[in-house]
Amino acid sequence: MSSLSSSLTKRRSRFPVGLYASLLPPLVWMTLLYFVPIALLVSYSVWRLEAFDIVQEFTLKNFQTIVFSSAYRTVIVRTIGTALGVTLIDVAIALPLGYFITRYGGRYRPLLTILVILPLWSSYLVRVFAWKIILGYNGVLNTALLSLGVLQQPSQIFLYNQFSTTLTFVHIWLPFMILPVITAFERLPKDLIEASADLNAPPWTTFRRVMLPLVTPGILAGSINVFSLTMGDFITPSLVGSPSGIMLGNVISSQFGVSYNWPLGAAFSLVVMLIVFSGLAIVVRQGALENL
Amino acid sequence: MTISPSVEKSLHPASGNALPRQQAKPWLLASWTLLVYGFLYLPIAVLVLMSFNDSTILSLPFKGITLNWYSMSLGDRAIRLALINSVKVAAMATLLATLFGLLAAFAIYRYRFFGKETFRIALNLPILLPGIVTGVAMLAYFSDLGLDLSLWTVILGHAVFGLPVALGPILTRLSQFPRSLEEAAYDLGANPGQVFTGVIFPYIRSAVIAGALLAFTLSFDEVVVTIFLTGRENTLPMEIWGRLRTNITPEIAAVATLVLLISTAIVLFSQWLTSREAT
Repeated sequence: MSSLSSSLTKRRSRFPVGLYASLLPPLVWMTLLYFVPIALLVSYSVWRLEAFDIVQEFTLKNFQTIVFSSAYRTVIVRTIGTALGVTLIDVAIALPLGYFITRYGGRYRPLLTILVILPLWSSYLVRVFAWKIILGYNGVLNTALLSLGVLQQPSQIFLYNQFSTTLTFVHIWLPFMILPVITAFERLPKDLIEASADLNAPPWTTFRRVMLPLVTPGILAGSINVFSLTMGDFITPSLVGSPSGIMLGNVISSQFGVSYNWPLGAAFSLVVMLIVFSGLAIVVRQGALENL
Repeated sequence: MTISPSVEKSLHPASGNALPRQQAKPWLLASWTLLVYGFLYLPIAVLVLMSFNDSTILSLPFKGITLNWYSMSLGDRAIRLALINSVKVAAMATLLATLFGLLAAFAIYRYRFFGKETFRIALNLPILLPGIVTGVAMLAYFSDLGLDLSLWTVILGHAVFGLPVALGPILTRLSQFPRSLEEAAYDLGANPGQVFTGVIFPYIRSAVIAGALLAFTLSFDEVVVTIFLTGRENTLPMEIWGRLRTNITPEIAAVATLVLLISTAIVLFSQWLTSREAT
């Protein structure tokens, strides 16, 4: 192995052109189309809007606006709370499912995995809208509860609130949690579980002390997916959420749209980035970097 | 998405326990799995049902079966144009994303260079950070450059988040590539180009296809980045978004059902192709 790698190293120094040919195009491409725009967004956040003109001078006015407004603070807390809640619920749903599919799936495992991905191929917008049909006043849920005799009158409590927003998020991001969890369970060495059982560990102990530490990287990878997707979404709150239940994504899209205050919108984007980066820092500290 | 070896090392074996060995109860897990699949497919089932509903609004009550919404969606010029635009955008974005993703994956796999880990994480930022950040950042950038928004700006936006999407599976597959094969090819006198096209690429081809397929799917259905970067021409999700807020009829459900049918067929076909390749 060492002789192999040393001969490869020799070859590497002989052909440095290969490194530049493969590294530079994606690096330049992403710099020009992503890293520079992100840097520009950061500088927008410290500029200000004056009479519909963007003044390119350093100011922390936008961040003061965000921090000193209790309405904006509420939006930030609501967004983080919703994203955390959705992530935890998706973990709770995905763990037993991932365990079952990899342990008992047998030859149906690839099919069961495809069935998880398949909903992603129907329109995301229409799937969100479908929850409106399910939870609405004339919806599927009300119709079912009426015919079962649980309700006498259709109820309006199911739609346009925090419940419907959370439920819809849990549904649309669930595949992004299940897939990394399944992958993690698939890499679990079977003999470890057998060894644990042979040592008379009850299934729960085997799960908690043997399997859970090993699938944690997959859970964390899925969690950062779901958390980040929820943090930036504004479609779901605007379709099924309450008018007073807007999230950070709604604020950003309105600042870059109708409100036309790009510096403030950029400052809000920076807040979202900082929150997601804190989540990422936790994931990286847990050693799940390879899974990202 | 691979398990890092460091985690395996940190494993503590379960200590001996005096409790008797218990049988697992798969029926409990099985019913949970069934419930979850039900939850995943409930909105889709509702959608398909609604596409046949003989009613002018996209809602219950169910008033009878009609195929009118399907014939209407097939004859809808705006939908057809939007669909063609979506295919164009997704195809171009996928091509760019897969090409640059493949190059980046090769550089990460093959070479040691300064800041490699940072490079890998930085390339993943477009999918680690919410899409809205990509959207507004690129909108601000294009507007500063004086670039008019069009399908091309949408393509660039989709290619940016498509790169890490394509990179993921390719890099995972490359990391499993037995280097001895590469060494053997060199020993037999192949040049680096021949080694890549003749030895490495065949090994990772299915991962490249999987990555490209994923990038295409995500681009085809993308809303958040597209909203900020789109010009006058609509992609299919933009057309649906416009109608969701104004005149929503079961026609949209019919369109969504058709898209689901076609993409399912494509995915199953590609699965069949790769499984045939594997045997």
